[in-house]
Amino acid sequence: MAQANAARERRLTLLVSTRKGLWRAQGDATRRSWKLSGPQFLGHIIHHCVADPRDGKTWLVAARTGHLGPTIFRSSDRGRSWHEAKQPPALRECSGRVVDLTFWLTQGHSSQPGTWYAGTSPQGLFRSDDAGATWRGIDGFNEHPQRKSWCGGDQDQTPDGAKLHSVLIDPRDANHLYIAMSSGGVFESNDAGAGWHPLNRGVRADFLPMPDPEFGHDPHCVRLHPAAPDRLYQQNHCGIYRLDRPSDRWEDLSAAMPRSVGAIGFPMVLHPGDPDTLWVFPMDGSSVWPRVSPGGKPAVYRSVNGGKSWQRQATGLPKLQAWFTVKRQAMTADALAPAGVYFGTTSGEVWGSRDEGRSWKCLAAHLPHIYAIEVA
Amino acid sequence: MPVRVLIPGPLRSYTSESSVVAASGESLAAIVDELDQRYPGIRFRIIDEQGAIRRHIKFFVNGVQAMNLQPRLQDDDEVMIVCALSGG
Repeated sequence: MAQANAARERRLTLLVSTRKGLWRAQGDATRRSWKLSGPQFLGHIIHHCVADPRDGKTWLVAARTGHLGPTIFRSSDRGRSWHEAKQPPALRECSGRVVDLTFWLTQGHSSQPGTWYAGTSPQGLFRSDDAGATWRGIDGFNEHPQRKSWCGGDQDQTPDGAKLHSVLIDPRDANHLYIAMSSGGVFESNDAGAGWHPLNRGVRADFLPMPDPEFGHDPHCVRLHPAAPDRLYQQNHCGIYRLDRPSDRWEDLSAAMPRSVGAIGFPMVLHPGDPDTLWVFPMDGSSVWPRVSPGGKPAVYRSVNGGKSWQRQATGLPKLQAWFTVKRQAMTADALAPAGVYFGTTSGEVWGSRDEGRSWKCLAAHLPHIYAIEVA
Repeated sequence: MPVRVLIPGPLRSYTSESSVVAASGESLAAIVDELDQRYPGIRFRIIDEQGAIRRHIKFFVNGVQAMNLQPRLQDDDEVMIVCALSGG
């Protein structure tokens, strides 16, 4: 009985957020076989669906449609039924600004059940203390007198809209937060969001005229290692970086990547148990930024030494003429041993590895453009 | 003022799939507020937090487009909510 329960517990669900709805892939106990189900919210643009590991049953979805404004849907039964938020993230009337979409969802600290954070486009930070039913803006950021300087104007924004993402909570201190903005850079708060300061020293911003700006950078994805929370990694518009606190200067790891591939990409995934192991999915950021796999040869790159060197992991992936790429929320890892790694492509395929990236298998195909993948 | 409100397909998940609902109010703003009372959440999908009609939403009163929620209504007016063209 204990073995059966353990096997059942190892069955994972991948939450696949796409431009046209939400799908889920249910794995068997070995992670070899996956069954696709869905869609839910067909026709909705699902920017992020996240499961709450604190209670094992709450899922939140950030959704909008081409016509309708943004909202949050909540499930307290692992996606069987959904309820819309009573008060989705919305900026203050006096701000003159409008939330175009909720882009990022992060569950709060383990000591604060029911607390969630949301990052929006344009850049806004929100918090819910009732499992996503109602949301309030974090004024310490949204109304900060320097917010406009940090975020820049329309010409500073990424092609599909400025966004606040990578909301990270220090597992040792619920008041210690990090956020990242494209564009704007990485910022830190030590008081639960009441005050913020930039944290971008050492990070290049080649698209700005000044050599070492305090903010205005373009972090694509920032991760904090849950078992070693002084270790952060960053996949940036201008390379790959690591930060070991209390230092406030990021170390540029870009040169360790093969020159022919480059160090530009969007997602970044950390090994659940080893702070020195991480994965990235490089893309072509040359010339006009084609945003495809370099040379049409997709590959994951893994480092097992904190980014000092990288190994190409492409066994099982298409060898040529495959021009997809992977968005910043569309790559994740499970917490099993060996770790499973998963990514979803702009061409609607879900790929998975049950051996930490050594070999890959296509788990699902023909889905819409994939925006995010999370493990439930 | 009792009016008829025509609900477009993308919003009918709020109205239990009804394409026409009755509402009462002296202005478009009042009608939208009443709809939100009866169908929680519908307002924010079509009106943003600054009170503006969202980019791909249009309102017509008796066939005449309303550019904001200020127009006054008369008994038996017909309010049509339209999801404008939005591709992709």
